[in-house]
Amino acid sequence: MTTTAIEKPHGRTGQRHTPGAAPRRRRPGRLRARGLPYLLLLPALLLELLVHLLPMLIGIVMSFKELTQFFIRDWTAAPWTGLGNYAVSVDFDAPVGEALLKSFLTTCLFTVCSVGLCWLLGASAAVFMQETFRGRGFLRALFLVPYALPVYAAVITWAFMFQRDNGLVNHVLHDQLGIGDSPAFWLIGDNAFVTLLVVSVWKGWPFAFLVLMAGLQNVPREIYEAAALDGAGMWKQIRHITLPSLQPVNQVLVLMLFLWTFNDFNTPFVLFGKAAPEAADLISLHIYQSSFQTWNFGTGSAMSVLLLLFLLVVTGAYLLLTTRGRRTGDAS
Amino acid sequence: MPRDHRPRSPMAAPRSFLWSRRIFLTLLTGFVLLPVYVMVSSSLKPLADVSGKFQWIPSGLTLRPYVDIWRTVPLADYFVNSLVVAGTATACSLVVAVFAAYAVSRHAFRGKRVFTVTVLSTQMFPGILFLLPLFLLYVNIGNATGIALFGSRGGLILTYLTFSLPFSIWMLIGYFDAVPRDLDEAAEVDGCGPLGALFRVVVPAAIPGIVAVGVYAFMTAWGEVLFASVMTTDTTRTLAVGLQGYATQNDVYWNQVMAASLVVSVPVVAGFLLLQRYLVTGLTAGAVK
Repeated sequence: MTTTAIEKPHGRTGQRHTPGAAPRRRRPGRLRARGLPYLLLLPALLLELLVHLLPMLIGIVMSFKELTQFFIRDWTAAPWTGLGNYAVSVDFDAPVGEALLKSFLTTCLFTVCSVGLCWLLGASAAVFMQETFRGRGFLRALFLVPYALPVYAAVITWAFMFQRDNGLVNHVLHDQLGIGDSPAFWLIGDNAFVTLLVVSVWKGWPFAFLVLMAGLQNVPREIYEAAALDGAGMWKQIRHITLPSLQPVNQVLVLMLFLWTFNDFNTPFVLFGKAAPEAADLISLHIYQSSFQTWNFGTGSAMSVLLLLFLLVVTGAYLLLTTRGRRTGDAS
Repeated sequence: MPRDHRPRSPMAAPRSFLWSRRIFLTLLTGFVLLPVYVMVSSSLKPLADVSGKFQWIPSGLTLRPYVDIWRTVPLADYFVNSLVVAGTATACSLVVAVFAAYAVSRHAFRGKRVFTVTVLSTQMFPGILFLLPLFLLYVNIGNATGIALFGSRGGLILTYLTFSLPFSIWMLIGYFDAVPRDLDEAAEVDGCGPLGALFRVVVPAAIPGIVAVGVYAFMTAWGEVLFASVMTTDTTRTLAVGLQGYATQNDVYWNQVMAASLVVSVPVVAGFLLLQRYLVTGLTAGAVK
């Protein structure tokens, strides 16, 4: 009803002088409409500003200050130290810098292994589950359980499984399969790296699976049919159609997996408690520990800023490389 | 187990493919379910069973751990804290995200791209980067104004609500885009303001998506460990920290730890699985587009 009432005058003025009429009628609405989006965004912007951008800027400022425990209550009073905190962080001959470098390298190795395995498991499962079969929906729901479980509940369970004396892993490996002379330690020493990797992959692969599975749904069925007519078998189709078609999804997926794994704090923190073994001392946990052990927030901030710079450079380079590769790939 | 004799694909899948699939998916299922089995079975064991060598089959079943978990640590308090913090953070985050996503989905404005990219990129920054400054900020705000952010539920709510915000906005944009524009344009013509169109047309049409985003936001807050371990005190401790109370004591009651883990997992896992269809499209949309 109302629509016709509004349209009538509009139509009449439109008959008289078509070009100018419509904008004149809409002007007040448009002005309001121009302010409206910003008004709607305001709460989100304010919150992001307060909890993300402002702390980030403060963090950068802090990294140039000698911010020890005496200045926690009034951090602005802390004396400036220039690049002092950075010099300490990257002095790889001194204990602090050496430990940071070690933790950084461990994190790099861990990230490469974890992302690779997550992708491999996720891609295999997605390819195998592309065709429908009985129980597929159920399996898919089941595979999401590690992703849905609260991190600490899942990781505590793994910590129990990796206990030396009463854990499942040693029971299977040592008691049932007879590997090793004595039960191994999994939560201390060099084995901790493997432990962390297993837990991280268990937790991380379902996301890769989800994204890759969604990506596979975009591949048109006709391509497979045409390939089948040309005599390409199942394995050949997977190699030449399915895997290449994952390329665009992979760009974002690998980046997200990389950032999440590299920044992972929860897994090692819950798995090892406050004292992570050197072999599994991921960088976030390392900065956390060194900050709250010494209460030297200045050095901790400098380390955080260095970490951020590294992530920005890697992300930038990655996006540049993969996007350019894709473009030239399209052109050829 | 997958047993498929009539593949629906145009070509018959070869035996090698079917067998590889069977073996691979069986192993993977085992890997995924192993901790779940350990969690469930150990939570029903008497303490003697979990203190000695691991046993695949419990020697006897008992529900005692489910009674004891509430007494060993103040689990009920942690539960209430987690519920209040995660619930409030989710509700606030949803309201803020609905407005922002509506603006991005339905309006053209200057800085739209900058906004979406900036908001999303905060997602990639390491949490540790915000931890120290936010810690200082909350402590100093408390000293200057008397508003207790550090150690209070309020501070944690404020923090968590921004954690889920970027992804919530991102997912909601996708759901809102899927609601036909004609619907809310018609509503606006009918005399609803833009906000009326949002609440009477767009929101009702996108309810499943909004609920899915709510579950995501709740999961994020429910499972967060880093800030919970620094920003809470004894009275505001959440489950994420509280659960470690069982594990760091000299005598670890593993059966109780497992029972408590199961109890805190059930709400979120159930919610996730119930809404998985909507959640999955939302979570993957960003990467697939």
